[in-house]
Formats: sequence, structure tokens, C-alpha cells
Amino acid sequence: MRIRIKLNGSWREDDVEPRLLLVYYLREVAGLTGTHIGCETTTCGACTILLNGEAVKSCTVLAVQADGAEITTIEGLASDGKLHPLQQGFWEEHGLQCGFCTPGMIMAACQLLGRNPHPTREEIRQGLEGNICRCTGYQHIVKAVEFAAQKISPQSTVES
Amino acid sequence: MSTKLLGERIKRKEDPRLIQGRAHYVDDLKLDGMLYMSFVRSVYAYARIKSIDAAAAKSLPGVLEVITGADIKDQLGLIPCAAGMEGLKIPKHYCLAVDTVRYVGEPVVAIVAKDRYTARDAVDKVEITYDPLTPVTDPESALGKDSPRVHEEFSDNLAFVAKLEAGDWKALEADSTLKIVKQRLINQRLAPASIETRGVIASYSLGEETLTVWSSTQIPHLLKTQLAILTRTDESRVRVIAPEVGGAFGSKLNVYAEEGVACYASHRLGKPVKWIEGRRENLLGTIHGRDQINDLELYVKPDGKVVGLKCNIIADLGAYHQLLTPAIPTLTALMIVGCYNIPNVWVETKGVFTNKMATDAYRGAGRPEATYIIERGMDLVARELNMDPVDVRMKNFPEPKDFPLALPTGVTYDTANYQKTLKKVLKLAHYPTLRKEQERLRKKGKYLGIGLSTYVEICAMGPSSRMPAGGWEFGMVRVEPTGKVTVYSGTSPHGQGEETSFAQITAEGLGIPFDDVTVYHGDTSVVQHGIGTFGSRTTAVGGTAVFRATERIRKKMARLAAHRLGVKPGDLEFRDGKVETSDGSKSMAFGDVVGEAYYARQLPPGVEPGLTEQYVFEPANYTFPFGAHVAVTEVDAETGEIALRNYYAVDDCGRILNPLLVDGQIHGGLAQGIGQALWEELVYDENGQVVTGSLMDYALPKAHQFPWFDTQTTETRTPVNPLGVKGVGEAGTIGSTPAIVNSVVDALQHLGVRHIDMPLKPEKIWKILKTVDGRQ
Ligand code: FES
Ligand code: FES
Repeated sequence: MRIRIKLNGSWREDDVEPRLLLVYYLREVAGLTGTHIGCETTTCGACTILLNGEAVKSCTVLAVQADGAEITTIEGLASDGKLHPLQQGFWEEHGLQCGFCTPGMIMAACQLLGRNPHPTREEIRQGLEGNICRCTGYQHIVKAVEFAAQKISPQSTVES
Repeated sequence: MSTKLLGERIKRKEDPRLIQGRAHYVDDLKLDGMLYMSFVRSVYAYARIKSIDAAAAKSLPGVLEVITGADIKDQLGLIPCAAGMEGLKIPKHYCLAVDTVRYVGEPVVAIVAKDRYTARDAVDKVEITYDPLTPVTDPESALGKDSPRVHEEFSDNLAFVAKLEAGDWKALEADSTLKIVKQRLINQRLAPASIETRGVIASYSLGEETLTVWSSTQIPHLLKTQLAILTRTDESRVRVIAPEVGGAFGSKLNVYAEEGVACYASHRLGKPVKWIEGRRENLLGTIHGRDQINDLELYVKPDGKVVGLKCNIIADLGAYHQLLTPAIPTLTALMIVGCYNIPNVWVETKGVFTNKMATDAYRGAGRPEATYIIERGMDLVARELNMDPVDVRMKNFPEPKDFPLALPTGVTYDTANYQKTLKKVLKLAHYPTLRKEQERLRKKGKYLGIGLSTYVEICAMGPSSRMPAGGWEFGMVRVEPTGKVTVYSGTSPHGQGEETSFAQITAEGLGIPFDDVTVYHGDTSVVQHGIGTFGSRTTAVGGTAVFRATERIRKKMARLAAHRLGVKPGDLEFRDGKVETSDGSKSMAFGDVVGEAYYARQLPPGVEPGLTEQYVFEPANYTFPFGAHVAVTEVDAETGEIALRNYYAVDDCGRILNPLLVDGQIHGGLAQGIGQALWEELVYDENGQVVTGSLMDYALPKAHQFPWFDTQTTETRTPVNPLGVKGVGEAGTIGSTPAIVNSVVDALQHLGVRHIDMPLKPEKIWKILKTVDGRQ
């Protein structure tokens, strides 16, 4: 089947098998391997991307279901060679170790901050419930998201 | 520019590629003509294979090869076990089952196809008929005379017995003033469950006759040697590359069947072959951790001094040995006295075959079990003697001046100050206030628990005389003609951040900018030798090799500069990009000294051109990091739900090179140790079926389940290496598990609860609450 997708800002068209998962489309057809696979059963969140602005686990969506959609992956997050505040935050606060969960974690956090620009630590933890990290113990991830929140819309007092 | 880098909070060099999705894990690599492999795995725990019908699979368009045990039996070697102990039974472990399957998930047939989907389709088309046998699932009854045997070639299921005995047990057992505190402790089976599963690409070039393997591994160099043996390829023609590795925690410190079969398939087909493990395969067929039954007896004086420790250990090894399977439980015996100098020790460890996946090294590997045993034990002593758990520990700690301390277990602890970490964590947690709060809440029928753990662990593995495959590590530093510096390490970090800390070591040593140093690892053709990353050894052993190689560079550069400046080499310092006398009166730019080495026009007599130095560091001893943790829990009296309210940790990993990385290691370790105490369990039923074969059932901890970790450090350096570092990769995991269990038992102690086995799931606690007497 032929599908059209606006991927990280530019439209592309591809012929895909109806059963192809979106995550494999991104990784193997579009060659964007920053989106990872940790379970293929909607549990780990490593494959999280933004589909029409919503954080979605791309292992649960078929490529054909994304026909006509706008997709942002980790590769499309930095703009004009400048890291997205979340990317900066993860770097600054050591929010990653092996880095495998990181793209999904960042995309999920993107949605989180979109909906709640100044989340409490508790809200950050709840907001990342669908993403598993086996390395960091999450504390530095929470700090990374706080860093980004502050960067995107500075507040005089940081909530805790 | 400051050249002080060691001890600084420096952001990681590895991060830019990782946060932008530009890193390359195995599955991100695509080679020309690459084929995909999939496995048909045993659905039985124990069965004879009657027949394999692969005709339908073979006829599927796009399927190129179907491989069975019979095909590889004489073509591929056996999966290696590096552990050697007296009388160890080593079963034949083929890469694909031959005649018999012995655990659910064992690879039986491999299929190679043109793409991933076709390979998976073909798996469903293979018909295998089995003759089921009675599986052995309980390690205790496995030792009974009437038990079926996992391997008929052996007379029983006992893989090995290891004994450790020290002290005067006759005198101890005759002493009627001693109290004996007994407890059975069960350390459940866990799944390492790195978020990146395993994966491999094998590429055999028929022309060059070379085998290149990309594997998600912690040990590329050891894997190269083992795959050369396994595939009967000249080792000079084998190259192993560990690309970006997405977590491992010990599970990729191994040589796996799939790696062997991928090499075989690639050789046969002359094309690269990729296999990526699915999550279910990962939970079934990647090594598991822990799984011990420990019967503990502590011999205690009336004042709380513990003078004897006896422990019977039954370790469930699973069906076959992986690389270190039998060695792991012996580490438990080695560290079983914890941070207490108990003079009389008796430990018997029995390794038992069962029809399960092999256990092997999972973060902590034998030491979490040891720490759990002794730290639960100390709390039981406190309870029986009606003492505060703090006082029992203080009573039994050796003094800082007692170190180095040779223990009856056969190891010598390097340095420690256990009193200091304990006092510090008690202060951090406001311990006396907590106890008062606990009193108050109890009166209201609310259960607050305060749990302590004071641990010591064994790291920086290790002296080669005590390691199965060498304990040294290789480091090389090359100053490039442009003055940039390249560091090569035989370790294989996969998230720990040594591209950063090793650059700190070399940049500081040479007085040059941090950004001028690049660190390489994980490719056997780029780095000459190596052992790998495990056992919290990377910085202590690998970092030392880099440090020493850097010193050699300094020495040579000082000689070259001295020759030009007309001073003694010993008068020169490396700072701010210069090599100069301490008063700065005679000075050369770093790059100019490098030029001397490469243009080689005026070398001092006997000095070779070029600027590359290497060092192989052989540690004389292990290191012994330690720490003290306090966990505060609230147990819901109605539902049995446990809320982890606070977690305080003071850890001492020796000198800290980068506090950011240390914090990260501690946090991650805590999450895994707490995960074991509260949620995680890899469950087999009585038929040997895996009940927790997906991440829906195997409860990996999530962000909202943890409180803010309140962590601090102390720094007691080790003399074992010149950096003074001990290691931190496993400390959090080792220390935290008993703190949690001690905390929950402490919460319920006044109800008569003495012990609860992990994981402390609400159902379990709820049942206990229903049955205990004296509910208030
Ligand atoms: S791979 Fe999609 S949620 Fe795990
Ligand atoms: S950084 Fe390794 S899984 Fe999150």
C-alpha cells in the first residue's frame, strides 16, 4: 500500500506491506533508527514518537494507519543545529546511561511538557509511566525534564 | 583553561549521539545483502525431540536455510563455561538442542530468511513433535534420590558442592552461652531485562575468510576468542565489535547460542546474518540472576557480638552452564560475612541443575545474595536480643585501623570506615526522630518501617589468579601528530560513561583540554587486548591501565622536552597545554613536543619516534566499596500495600572521578535492588513454564514507584590502584535489597512478623496481616 507521511517536517511517500508496524517503517524504510524497540508489546515506551503531536508507541500502530499523518521522531527534535531543551536537559542532568530508552523518554516528555509546562516531580514521574528505563533509576530523568521545563518557560521559583 | 578534571562534574562525551538518535546499536546496522535469523524454541521444559518437520518452512518464499541441532552438532563447538571448580559437572551445551530440550525457550531450529517478517513467519511453520519428560523445577527436591535427572549422563542433579570452613567450630558448638539465630532466606530468580535485548550480526567473508561479528556484548575480546574456538575459525581472522550497547547488567557477559549459530549461518550462506532477540525470548533465553535458597545460622554472644556464621546455599543453576553460571554462587560465600569480622564461618554451596534457563551474572552477581543473608541476619539478631539494629552493627564492625583486614572467607578487605557511613546515613535520615514517629504511628495502628543495610562488596575484578579468564585490563594512549589524543581501552562500557571518565584521566594527566581526548573501546581490531566491562572493574582496572599508559606518554614527552629545553625531565610539568618547568621559565607548547616525537629530527639517543604507549594493569587485590542505607516504608494495614517513603544512601566507592556518573550508577543500582525487594520475580510453574514471559508480567520498576533518593558519599581511597577508585556499578543494587526488606519487617515486627520472602507484593503482606496475632 502507498502511504504519505510528513516525517520530521518533510513529506514522503512509500509502498509498504499492510502489516508493517510503524516502528519498522521508521527504522527500516525511512532509515530513522533513533526510535528503538524494547518489547513490541506496548510496554517499554522505547518506540515512542509524536504522531500528530501526540506521544504514541510506534510498535502499536501500523504504518498504513499513519497515512497522512505528521510524525516527529528524535531525529527531528533539534532545530537549526540546536538541541531541544529536553535534549539539553538529558545531557546536562545525566538523564541517560545506555541511551536506549532515551529517544522514547524524550518524546514522551515532550508531550508531558506540552500539556503541563511546569510539572511537579510527581507529575513528571506519572507522566513517564509508559516508559521504562532500566539504567538510571529515573531520578536524573526527572531532573532533566525539570531542566527543560525551566528552559522552555522560565519560572522564578522552581517547584519541587 | 583549568586542567583539574578528576573529581569534577563533567557532562558525558557519549551523550550527543544518544540524545539525537544518532547512535548505532546492533539493530541499527544494515549490511549489504543482510539476511535475518529467527529461532524455533522449545515449548517444553524437558522433552525428547521425536521429529522436526521443516518442509513447510523451507518452502516459504524467501527462506534460505533451516538449521537444526543435527546440522551443527559436529560443525560448531559447545557453549563455553569458564568457571572451573573441583568436581564440576559440565553438561554438553550445544548451540541448538540435540535430541533433548531442557528448558522452555531453548533454541531448537534456526531459520534464515531474506527479511525479518519472513523469518518469523517460517518459525510458525516448523512442526516439532516432542516426548515430554517430567521436568525438574524445584532445586531442593532435585537433590533427592528419586528425582528425575536433567542430564542423564550424570548420576544426579548436583552440579557441584563448594565448601568453605574457617575457625574453631568444635569450640563454638560447645559454647552454651551462645544464642543461635536461624532463618531460611529465599533469593528469587530475576531477569536482567536490559531495554535493548540481545542481538548479533555475523558476517563471514568467503573471499577474505574473515568473520566479523557485531554483538550486543560486554566482552568483545573474550567473545572473539570464544567464537573463534566455537566456529573453528583462526582467531586472527575473527573480529568482534560491540557497537552501542543498550544496557546489560551482566546478561551480556556471556557467549550465547545465537551468536554461534549466526556465525555458522553466515559462513554457510556467505552473507551477513542478523538476529535480534524479542522481549519474550529475552525473558526466557537470556541468563537469569539470583535464585538461591539460603539457610542461615548465626552464633551470637549475649552482648550482640556475632562469632559464627553457618549457611547452606542451594543455587538453582538451570539446565546448562553459561559462561560463569557455577561461579556466581561461590561469590556469595566469599562475601557472606559482610562488614563484620566473624571469625568462624562454615558455608556449603550446592549448585543444582533444573529444567530452567541458566542463572549467571546479574548486577551484583552473588554479592546481593550475600548482603541479603548477612543484613537480614543482623536484623534478626537485633530482634532476638532486643537491641537496636544500629547497635548490633556498630558492635560488630571492625575499626578503620584494622584494615587491610584478612577475613576467614579468604579475601582481604582493602580500606573502610563503616562507622562513618552508618553515622552519616543515620544523620541524613534523622534516625532517632524516625523511631519516635514510628512509635507514635503504631499507637494509631499505622505501620512505619525503618530498614537498615550496611554493606560491603567486592569490586574491581580482579587479580588474574582468582579470575576465570584473566583479571587484567589493557589501556593505550596515542598522541596524534596534530596533538589530539586517542585513548584505547579493553573494557567495553555500555552506559557507565567511561568515554568521559577516561578522557578526564588522560586530559588531566597531560594538561590538555578534555575535548582533545577521544576514547575508543569495543572493537577487537581497534583495541589490541581486553577483558571487558563487568564486576565494577572498568574504572578501577581499565581506568588504571589508561592512567599508567598516560604516565608513560608523559615520561616520554618529558624526555623529549627536557632534551630541547636543556633541563631534567623530572623538572617538567604538564599544564595548560604546555610542558614547562614549575616556575614557567622554560616552556614548550604540548603540540611542539608532540612534533619532536613525530618529526624525529633531534630525538635524544635511544628514543624511538612516535608517541604511543600502552599498559596492562594487573590488580594485586580486589577493592571493597561499602555503604549504609536506610529505607523508610509505610505498610497499609488494610491492603498490605507498601509505600517506599524515603530512601537514604551513603556510599563509599573510594575516590570519585566524576560525581555525576557516580550518582547515576547509585540511582540505577538502587532501582534494581529495590525492584527485587518489592516487585520483580521471574516465575516458573511446576511444569517449568515461564509465567512472567512479558514485560506485562515481569514487573520492571517505573518512575512513579520511587521516592526521591537522598544520596551522599564518603571517600575512602584504596591503595590497590593508583587512582584510589574502588568501583560503583553494583553498589546500589547490593545495598538496597535488604534495607527494603528490613524496613517492611520492621514495620510489622510488633505484630510478631519475623521474616517475609521477596518480592514483598501486597497480596503477600495482606495475607500476613490477616493471620498475625496482636493486630492493633
Ligand atoms: S517497543 Fe513499543 S512499547 Fe516497547
Ligand atoms: S538509559 Fe538505559 S534504559 Fe534508560
